[in-house]
Amino acid sequence: MAAGPQPTPNSNTSTYAGFGIPLILPAWVIIGFFLVVPVCVMLIYSFLTKEFRGGVIWEFSLAAYDQFFFDRGLFGDEAPKIEWTYISIFWRSIWQAAVATVFCLIIGFPTAWFIATRTGRNRSIWLFLITIPYWVNLLIRTISMKFLIRDNGPMNELMLSSGLISEPIHIINTNLAVQLGLFYSYLPFMVLPIYAAVERYNFALSEAAADLYASRYVTLTQIILPAVKPGIIAGCILVFVPSLGAFLAPDLLGGAKNFMIGSLIEEQFKGAAGNWPFGAAASMILLSMVLVVLTLYARQQTREQG
Amino acid sequence: MPENDNIAVDIQNVTKMYGAFTALKDVNLDIRDNEFFTLLGPSGCGKTTLLRSIAGFEDITKGAIVLYGQNIANLLPNQRPVNTVFQQYALFPHMNVTQNVMFGLLRLGQDKATAKARVGEVLELVQLTAFADRMPSQLSGGQQQRVALARALAPSPKVLLLDEPLSALDLKLRQAVRLELQQIQQQTGITFVFVTHDQEEALTMSDRIAVIEGGQVQQVGSAREIYEAPKNKFVADFIGETNLLDVNVTDLAGGKGSCILPSGAQITCPAADGAHAGPGHLSVRPERIAITTAGGGLVQGNASRHIYLGTDVHVEVTLTDGEKVTVRMQNSTQIQIPEVGQAVGLEFEADAARLLVD
Repeated sequence: MAAGPQPTPNSNTSTYAGFGIPLILPAWVIIGFFLVVPVCVMLIYSFLTKEFRGGVIWEFSLAAYDQFFFDRGLFGDEAPKIEWTYISIFWRSIWQAAVATVFCLIIGFPTAWFIATRTGRNRSIWLFLITIPYWVNLLIRTISMKFLIRDNGPMNELMLSSGLISEPIHIINTNLAVQLGLFYSYLPFMVLPIYAAVERYNFALSEAAADLYASRYVTLTQIILPAVKPGIIAGCILVFVPSLGAFLAPDLLGGAKNFMIGSLIEEQFKGAAGNWPFGAAASMILLSMVLVVLTLYARQQTREQG
Repeated sequence: MPENDNIAVDIQNVTKMYGAFTALKDVNLDIRDNEFFTLLGPSGCGKTTLLRSIAGFEDITKGAIVLYGQNIANLLPNQRPVNTVFQQYALFPHMNVTQNVMFGLLRLGQDKATAKARVGEVLELVQLTAFADRMPSQLSGGQQQRVALARALAPSPKVLLLDEPLSALDLKLRQAVRLELQQIQQQTGITFVFVTHDQEEALTMSDRIAVIEGGQVQQVGSAREIYEAPKNKFVADFIGETNLLDVNVTDLAGGKGSCILPSGAQITCPAADGAHAGPGHLSVRPERIAITTAGGGLVQGNASRHIYLGTDVHVEVTLTDGEKVTVRMQNSTQIQIPEVGQAVGLEFEADAARLLVD
């Protein structure tokens, strides 16, 4: 209960600062080579001409972007109209990812709160349990989910036999199936950052709020949520961004009708029907959307801290 | 039931259990209206648990907490008309000083303008008007402490609870804030319940002090009463410094007891309630003992150590039976401090000593 010494965050910095460059170098090399180079390749490819049966012809072209945004008729000789096909796939992806993020937040926040408020060993056990699904490959987990939620799968059987429902609920190949799949895949990405934020939360603040006549609701919305907001935002980004580009869950659970960006891009690089520049262009459009969101967030953060 | 108007907080038979551990054991206390009341004790004694029980952060296992005639023991913290100054201040980090202080006022349903005016008042009281727009992270420890105080005072609580609010401040600041707290208490007329483990803090600020140990109230009284007439060995030892001599009590009458010192000398001195014949403790404060020539006085021994304190010197004297006694002497040219190893006699007035029970 006694006051601890004030933390001195920079006391050791100078001692170790000399190691700086060698410490970061391996990460730089890996990121530089395996992230920056592929992104540059994609950027260049998106401005090249497509080769039938895959690959590119080294000739500058805006055709890929043009195909994404404009409809010029079957033979390409009509006046350009807005092409809604791909925009609506993007829009649906954003919507699916957003719903999955909200699901994750609604379920993940209480979970994170629960774990962070356990003591000692219990906490480690709960955290360990969260990571268990990651021992199994995502593909296998998604396939088992498909099996579970089929019209005559165990979930429906169970609810039918218990009299909860009178006919099977059709989930597979719907938006809901995709959202469930995304939710299931990315829930831990929501739980862990929120857990980290709640763990740092000073519970004396809740007591202070209650002492100053705040109800539980006011304490939650005006004291707790602002304090753990960085964790919530980090969790939302970590769920939303990979959900947006996911292709396993939409492919396996959503069926052909519920096509998402990830599947669209994947298809462009698969087999003879592919269109590499178009796939690259779609990737670039997806990437720029994500960057816009992240930039807005970063700007918001600096404004709050400044 | 005859209602006593000037009791602010009436703690009635309060017991608090954590599983099998008893944190508070049948505590009874009357805290008077407009009083600076201190709960004093070593860490883990239950003083903070008692304060938190009044605030509502702990549910008591048994008993009643009556605040101006109303039993609040079953109310939630946000339903109790008391406010708390927390040990680590617990300022809301995402709100500036004004928003922090205004928080409680808005929860009570005050409109923004009224609340704002009140915030101005309390910030003036704690001399923080110039810092109204600062964030807590931009304030020093002392300033944060004042914000915490202002925030708790703003809703004009019936009772203000202070949980070791000065412990995170450095010594100089602590002494200045002590005086200020006392002035603010007198100015506002709010009953203060102050928790501390620092006896100097307790002695200098309080109207009355409750000494707590082992979840029980050991003694309640003014600083002078507790220092000069401790009820038991714990209080005598915890408040200030004292020498405890093992004695044999032979006779008790009229609040006085006769006893035989280890040296064989006999004295008759005031006795605490509950003192009984047989082995007992005689408490004598270091500043009440005088050093005389070897062979004189009530007990004899050899000076064995000097502890230099600046204005004073503590001389440790090892008695002939091996017990150690500390004598406080003024560090002055007029006073001869015995050399280490020198044989001395020790003398004290019978009224300066006190027979105690365990």
